[in-house]
Amino acid sequence: MSYSADEVMTVAAARELTDRTVCFVGIGLPSTAANLARLSHAPRTVLVYESGKIGSKPATLPLSIGDGELAETADAVVPVPEIFNYWLQGGRIDVGFLGAAQIDRRGNLNSTVIGDYDRPKVRLPGGGGAPAIAAMAKQVIVIIRQSQRTFVEQVHFRSSVPGSGAMVVITDLGELRLDPDERELVLTRVHPGVSVDQVRSETAWDLRVADELAEAEAPSEEDLRVLRELKSALGEAAV
Amino acid sequence: MAELLRLDEAVRELVHDGDSVALEGFTHPIPFAAGHEIVPQRRRALTLIRMTPDLIYDQLIGMGCAAKLVFSWGGNPGVGSLHRFRDAVEEGCPAPLELEEHSHAGMANRYAAGAANLPFAVLRGYVGTDLKERMPTIAMITLPFTGEIRTAVPAIRPDVGIIHAQRADRHGNVQLWGIVGVQKEIVLGSARSLVTVEEVVDELEPRPGAIVPPTWCVTAVAEAPHGAHPSYAHDYYDRDDGFYQRWDEISRDRDRFQGWMRERVG
Repeated sequence: MSYSADEVMTVAAARELTDRTVCFVGIGLPSTAANLARLSHAPRTVLVYESGKIGSKPATLPLSIGDGELAETADAVVPVPEIFNYWLQGGRIDVGFLGAAQIDRRGNLNSTVIGDYDRPKVRLPGGGGAPAIAAMAKQVIVIIRQSQRTFVEQVHFRSSVPGSGAMVVITDLGELRLDPDERELVLTRVHPGVSVDQVRSETAWDLRVADELAEAEAPSEEDLRVLRELKSALGEAAV
Repeated sequence: MAELLRLDEAVRELVHDGDSVALEGFTHPIPFAAGHEIVPQRRRALTLIRMTPDLIYDQLIGMGCAAKLVFSWGGNPGVGSLHRFRDAVEEGCPAPLELEEHSHAGMANRYAAGAANLPFAVLRGYVGTDLKERMPTIAMITLPFTGEIRTAVPAIRPDVGIIHAQRADRHGNVQLWGIVGVQKEIVLGSARSLVTVEEVVDELEPRPGAIVPPTWCVTAVAEAPHGAHPSYAHDYYDRDDGFYQRWDEISRDRDRFQGWMRERVG
């Protein structure tokens, strides 16, 4: 079965989730990956959405984090100050999923502006929940397409900065991990058919590569079937 | 005691040029009808406050009602950019927009401090970010008791707080359930508050998980059926995802946006 670069990323991100983890999810690819995990190998994963839902179990993918389906299938719905203060800042979140427009070698994430803050070339939506999630989740999984434009020497704006937790970055080419001592991203895995040179050429800094570089398993037919079924209800909007 | 007013009267009485105004709703139920009353009343120089400014703020900004935006995430959820917001920030059109930008955690804490009548909130967060470097409303403070360094953000107490809810009774007691977001904090933290509701009923039946701002902490209540559309009102109607997707097209071009607003909103 053939698959797209986004599908490889989503499946790889889903595989990072082990069962019974408590996962703070944003909309888009992160929500897709977390729900794929929940519907396949990690059925007891607890999904927490920043709009205040704890334990959502949506049958189809929502377009917005505020979608009614997420509230109706949740174990509890709490106010927004509480979700950030008691649950995230309180240390109850195992894994936070994030996206970004840019990432640099230190794992800093930009979702605010391309160009200068006062005179931006492109004004992006902003940090939203991400600054707190990056700082406070025990582990952060970043999902981002890899290119010279996204893997930059220095992000144009540090919207979110990794805290003391672990960071894994899943791209369409492979997987990188933040070295806990050096605080630098290291390439640890490539997707099937991807070479190290290819990853290097899509990275704007001199990329470090792990001594024992692994090749990721291709998405299984079952993964792809569940993923496509999840997405079919909404079409391309949720991708 | 809250006054029961027509929506146009309520907006005229409560919202003035130059006010700081928070039309809140964290994805549910966003007070679109109230926003659509501010536009034709030609309010100007507003400081708009909201964690997640979406389509209604895109419209207010594009129609020139705002001078400043206090926010933490300004996009069209699941779709992409807010084109009128971007045009204001990138091109200064129709007018330059001053930004006061925070994280969701920071904004939620600022609202909670406002409701609690505290000068500021303390939180972990913002460490190492450029938001901390750029925003005078983010400061590092040394804590009493432990001497640790933490982040402080000032309380938000808007001139006017506006939310939408499912129901009110004829005395102006309000009932809101589903995702309750930061709506309670906005009603309690604002100098004046307006709640639009799907319907005014004789008696409010208790609902699990509902918050009930009582009439004595609300300034005005106005009936506005379908007043959260294209967002949703839990147990009344669903989110109109199609409209959010169409907005991307409508709002992309200045002239098309103006034409749409004149025809639909006034």
